[in-house]
Amino acid sequence: MAVGAHNAKVMNRFELTKRLVGQLKHDEAVVGGIGNANFDLWASGNRPQNFYMLGSMGLAIPIALGVAIAQPKRHVVALEGDGSLLMQLGCLATVGMLKQKNLTMLVWDNGIYQITGGQPTASASAADLVAIGRGSGIANAAWAADEDDFDRLVAVALKDGGPSLIVARIDDKPGVGTTDRDPVRIRANFMAGLGVKR
Amino acid sequence: MTGAQTWHEIVLATLKANDVKLVVYVPDRVFTPLIKAIHADGYFTAFSAAREEEALGIVTGAWMGGLRGAVLMQTSGFGTIPNALASLVVPSQIPALIFVSERGTLGEFNLGQAMVCKTMRPVLDSLAVENHTITRLDQLGFIVDRSIKQAVATQAPVTFILSPLLTGGKVFEA
Repeated sequence: MAVGAHNAKVMNRFELTKRLVGQLKHDEAVVGGIGNANFDLWASGNRPQNFYMLGSMGLAIPIALGVAIAQPKRHVVALEGDGSLLMQLGCLATVGMLKQKNLTMLVWDNGIYQITGGQPTASASAADLVAIGRGSGIANAAWAADEDDFDRLVAVALKDGGPSLIVARIDDKPGVGTTDRDPVRIRANFMAGLGVKR
Repeated sequence: MTGAQTWHEIVLATLKANDVKLVVYVPDRVFTPLIKAIHADGYFTAFSAAREEEALGIVTGAWMGGLRGAVLMQTSGFGTIPNALASLVVPSQIPALIFVSERGTLGEFNLGQAMVCKTMRPVLDSLAVENHTITRLDQLGFIVDRSIKQAVATQAPVTFILSPLLTGGKVFEA
C-alpha cells in the first residue's frame, strides 16, 4: 500500500460515484475514464454533461483539462483508475503547471488492473498517487479518509479552487453498469450537454 | 494573412484566421520559431504537454467544449499517438489539427528518426486520416486553411507533415 494511504478507508467506487454525482448542481462536466470508472458513472444515472471514454486509456484527465480550458465557467471532473493514471502520469505535471482552477481529478485506487484480471498496479505496493500529484505541483491533493471526508473534499474542490486531486482507496467490486458504446453518440450528447454547437 | 512570409508566420496567421486558439505541443527544434511566435501572441492559449497523446486528449476535450485546438509534435512523437487516434479522435469524429515536423528524411542523421518516419504515413492512411505533406511555401497557406475548414466541416482530424523542404529541417553538423 502507498505510504500516504495507510489511514484511508477502503470504500466502494459506485457508492462514491453516486456521492459525487449527488453534489453536482451546476451542470458540471464529468469525463469518465475507460472501464469501471466509466461503468459506475453510467450506472449512477445518465447526465448530458457526462463523457464516457471508450478507448485511449489514460486520457481522462487530459480530456477533462481540455474541456476545462474551453469552458472556464464550468467545473470539470475527471474520473480515472490507478492503472490508467499510472499510464499517463505526465498529465499531472501538465495540470500542476497550468493550475486550471475549474478542474477536479478523482482517482479510484484499488491497486489492481481490475478489468484485465486483477494484476497488481504499482500503487498497490509503492506508488503514492497523492504524493505524485503534490510533487507535480497540485497543492490540493489528498487521500479521502472515508465517505464523509470524500464528500467534504469534493465539496471544496467543486468551488473552483483547484486543480484538485482526490484519491480514494476502493475495493475490487466490479463496475455496476456498462456504457453505451457508440462514440459519436456519446460525443454528440456531451457537446449538446455543454451547450456547444459545432 | 498579409505580410506573412515565412512558413511559421503563415501557419500562425492561418490558425488565427480559422479561430484556432489553443495550441498544445511537445517541443521540436524546427518548430521553435512557430512555438515562440505563438507564445508571444496573446490570441493563443499555448503550453507544452508531457506527451503527444496527452496533447491529443487535451484538444479533444477542448473541441467538445467549443474551443478549436492544434497539436504540434515531431515525427518521433507521432509514433506515440496511434492508439489515441484510433480509439478516441477518429471514432469520436474530432477535428484535431495535427502538425508534424518531419524528421527522418532528406538528410536525417539518426536512424531511429528515419525508421519512425516510415511508419507515419502508413498509420495515417490505414486510419483514413487526411494528411498532407507540405513542401512548398506558396502552397502552405492554401493547404492548411482549406484543410482546417474541411476538418471542422466533416468532423475529422487532419495531419500536416511539414517537410524539411518547407522548414529547412534539422541539419547534421559533423
